[in-house]
Amino acid sequence: MTATLAPPAAGPRSPEPPETRERRTVPRWVWALGVIGLWVAVWALTKGQDTLALAGRENTDLHDSLTGFRDDVLANRDTNPVIQFTYGLGDWFGGVVDWLQRMLSIPDFPRPVPQVGWLGITAVAAWVGLAVAGWRIAILVALSFVSFGAFGFWSDAMDSLIVTFVSVAVVVVVGIPLAVLLGTSGRATTAVVTTMLDVLQTLPAFVYLAPIALFFGIGPSAAVICTLIYALPPLIRIAGHGIRTVSSTTIEATDSAGQTRWQRLTKVQLPMARRTIVVGLNQTIMAALSMATIAALVNGPGLGLPVYRALTRNDVGGAFVPGLLIVVMAVMLDRATTAASEYGEKTARGRVDLRLRRIVLAVAGIGALVAVYLSRTYSSLAEFRELSWGPQLADAVDRFFEWFTDTFRDVTQAFKDAISSLLLNPLQALLSESPWWLAAAAILALAVVFGGVRAVVPTVLCLAGLLFVDLWHDAMVTLTMVLVGTLLVMVLAVVLGVAMARSRRTDLVLRPLLDAGQTIPPFVYLIPVLALFGPTRFTAIVAGVVYAAPVAIKLVADGIQGVSPTTLEAARSTGSTTWQEITKVQLPMARGSLVLAANQGLLYVLAMVVIGGLVGAGALGYDVVLGFARSEEWGKGAAGGISIVLLGIMLDRIMRGAAGKDRPVRDPAQPSRWAGVRWTGSLRATR
Amino acid sequence: MAALTLAGCGEGSIDEETKENESQAAEAGDCGEVNMAVNPWVGYEADAYVVGQIASEQLGCKVNYKELKEDVAWQGFGTGEVDVVIEDWGHPDLEKKFFEGTGDGSAMDGGPTGNVGIIGWYVPPWLAEEHPDILEYENLNKYAKDFATSESGGKGQFLGADPSYVQFDEAIVANLDLDFKVVFSGSEAASITAFQQAEENKEFLIGYFYEPQWLFADVPLAKVALPPYEEGCQDDPAKVACDYPETELKKILSTEWVAEGGPAVELVQNFQWTNEDQNLVAKYISDEGLSAEDAAAKWVEENQDKVDAWLG
Repeated sequence: MTATLAPPAAGPRSPEPPETRERRTVPRWVWALGVIGLWVAVWALTKGQDTLALAGRENTDLHDSLTGFRDDVLANRDTNPVIQFTYGLGDWFGGVVDWLQRMLSIPDFPRPVPQVGWLGITAVAAWVGLAVAGWRIAILVALSFVSFGAFGFWSDAMDSLIVTFVSVAVVVVVGIPLAVLLGTSGRATTAVVTTMLDVLQTLPAFVYLAPIALFFGIGPSAAVICTLIYALPPLIRIAGHGIRTVSSTTIEATDSAGQTRWQRLTKVQLPMARRTIVVGLNQTIMAALSMATIAALVNGPGLGLPVYRALTRNDVGGAFVPGLLIVVMAVMLDRATTAASEYGEKTARGRVDLRLRRIVLAVAGIGALVAVYLSRTYSSLAEFRELSWGPQLADAVDRFFEWFTDTFRDVTQAFKDAISSLLLNPLQALLSESPWWLAAAAILALAVVFGGVRAVVPTVLCLAGLLFVDLWHDAMVTLTMVLVGTLLVMVLAVVLGVAMARSRRTDLVLRPLLDAGQTIPPFVYLIPVLALFGPTRFTAIVAGVVYAAPVAIKLVADGIQGVSPTTLEAARSTGSTTWQEITKVQLPMARGSLVLAANQGLLYVLAMVVIGGLVGAGALGYDVVLGFARSEEWGKGAAGGISIVLLGIMLDRIMRGAAGKDRPVRDPAQPSRWAGVRWTGSLRATR
Repeated sequence: MAALTLAGCGEGSIDEETKENESQAAEAGDCGEVNMAVNPWVGYEADAYVVGQIASEQLGCKVNYKELKEDVAWQGFGTGEVDVVIEDWGHPDLEKKFFEGTGDGSAMDGGPTGNVGIIGWYVPPWLAEEHPDILEYENLNKYAKDFATSESGGKGQFLGADPSYVQFDEAIVANLDLDFKVVFSGSEAASITAFQQAEENKEFLIGYFYEPQWLFADVPLAKVALPPYEEGCQDDPAKVACDYPETELKKILSTEWVAEGGPAVELVQNFQWTNEDQNLVAKYISDEGLSAEDAAAKWVEENQDKVDAWLG
């Protein structure tokens, strides 16, 4: 096996190369099996001892002191200067959002409608699309806006755009300087910033909702702040990477002309990294949108509210329609930003007739202004007249879903039971019934086997942290779910990824589905999944798989497509069957992508763990949900959130170590749509 | 564009409506704003929107509905973001923090809603019919094996509830020596789905549930008798071995908002109705698919006599 990992020159088509270029050592999986064998043996003798399990509502001193901290903050909120400051900031954001809402989405009393009605907004948005990205995007934007109204969620959709717009604006102001810092500073700063970004990206949004409500109040201000926190890391990471990878020869060449550091930054590095920065911006917008439903829990305005409201009454169809509109909005913004960066480049290279463009924009601009005027004057152009599209679609979805659950429930229940008894229960028994010292030692040993020495320090620190926050047993149960979920993700990723890479038609069919899977809020499919599998750990795993599989599938497809055609041709000429071609050539050569896909899959599944707490998965997810719901359990919830972060960082570092051992065959810096993942190798960078 | 202009001209212009609104506002007097927290269950929504509907339509107040969990909603009393929590199931911990005396005094008791909360252990109706003895807790162990699932590790599964609800099920199971394991559903939606499916597919299920709840109109769950509640039997959470008490649901109000006074304060304080009233509105919302506003409007129209009593 190891031989096929050697560079392509070694001829991966020959299953057994005549000479081994590296000294044969014991393969990693043998070591791993050894560790696991030993683990099981000791487990059999010691199981049930020192598992550090807490009873349902039992809290430790640490949890109580965290709760105490929250209570103190709350009790002193009228006098505490920090809180006064954050409240002020929250008020300011709230004010900005409120003003924009009265302009665009809610009646500005005494007017019965907002200042600008739907026709005006649609026309202006389309004009912006035309100006930055050309007429195709203008049409896409116009159609998307009309669909918001036609399906009956006009003002919610405008609210979503407002919150997204305000958050992203702040992200850019805060993020670009940090990206420059990340892109131009030395190793130490980079390490600090990267770790902070890791923490931010692994922290479940549920965990910071409660503190945000505490410091910034509720409603639009809380929504803006939590969206901001969630959307900041992708921009910093990706833009920082772009700045760092500006070719050093270019920099040297311009440096020799005697430029200052500032000139180098503004004249060379930033312009040359522009394309990457736009990719970062694009990812940030996607991340901001995906916060919509979570922000609804603190009364954040937008399309998340109807989704959440429908789910409290088990209305699948009712949640589906606004969920779908979030996807429409995401696709629109994604295509628009991508097209804008290409269009900007085209303009910069002088391939656009500027005079003609100015004339077209001026004429279209006048049209847009007329539309704004009309929408300010006539009710029917200001307010969408009610159409029955939304309810009709919701009914259809409901009917489909009812038929689906009735038909397939037996099959899905059997599948659930099989996975639970064959995979989940034994693994959970091993992880959570081992004494803590045994599980910790085994995890550390496996970390060394897979991640090498580089993984030792982070693993030890994270394990110690897990012990410290007193939720060890729950963390082990959660780890079990994450591992099983990742396994399922990888099975899907390999099967579908290979299919997509080998057939253009499959790719065409699957890719839009994957895009939708990535953007549709997890809350929307939670209830259908629940009806199929009941309130169980498995429901959480399935929700995690739905959430994580698209990224992993795309990464694998991408990696396999990148296998050089000449190598493939060579394999074919020796008469390999399709099966041999896949297993002996394509998969081994795309191994870097597979590791990355597993890493992403794992972290995405982990991110869904909290949501799993809402559907009977227990463990850390339940702790976090409990902490958010009951004020006396706040500390336990916070500890649960910290545990999730620690698990995430630990798994990520081990995987990175593993990936570092087998360098990806492809040039990792090749810009692609999934660039974010490739560069960061960390959680949710592609969202 | 011309066509659109024509289409627009058919309607009244916005300017006219604006003037109308202005004069109406001048007539209605100043009721001010009501910030109404909306906690995530349908029964609560029924209360909130009925009161909100009356406040906005009959008193001319501006009602802001805010979707929040209890804990977050209570935090809003002190900051002016929340004025009313219309259905509270008892949160001693929050009362301690926000009531006068022990806490910062930002919140106060607003009197009962007239609803009585019944919490308990429930089974789907088919099960109660086929095995009537299951409704006594003493017989539960006999059926424990039938309640087992992939989550319960060989024991019977007891489905716990949304974490925000008051619950002692793990202690009750342990102290009554029941061969069950509590698995938390994690949300109201999860519990409801589980009960609906258990009834439809005739599966064994026992879990935490409560009235008033619209689900009873659809699936009339049967209550399992636990040792009756006595004063003090739930004082030590670890030693609970009795049924849940009936809870008088009440309103919680922002102290500052009450001090400002006004017709809306009076309305909220006078508001009282029955479990049947609430279930009816909740059913309009969740079963008949009306929006909360429409459901409330429908009920108000049908029950103007009750509404008049609240308006004083």
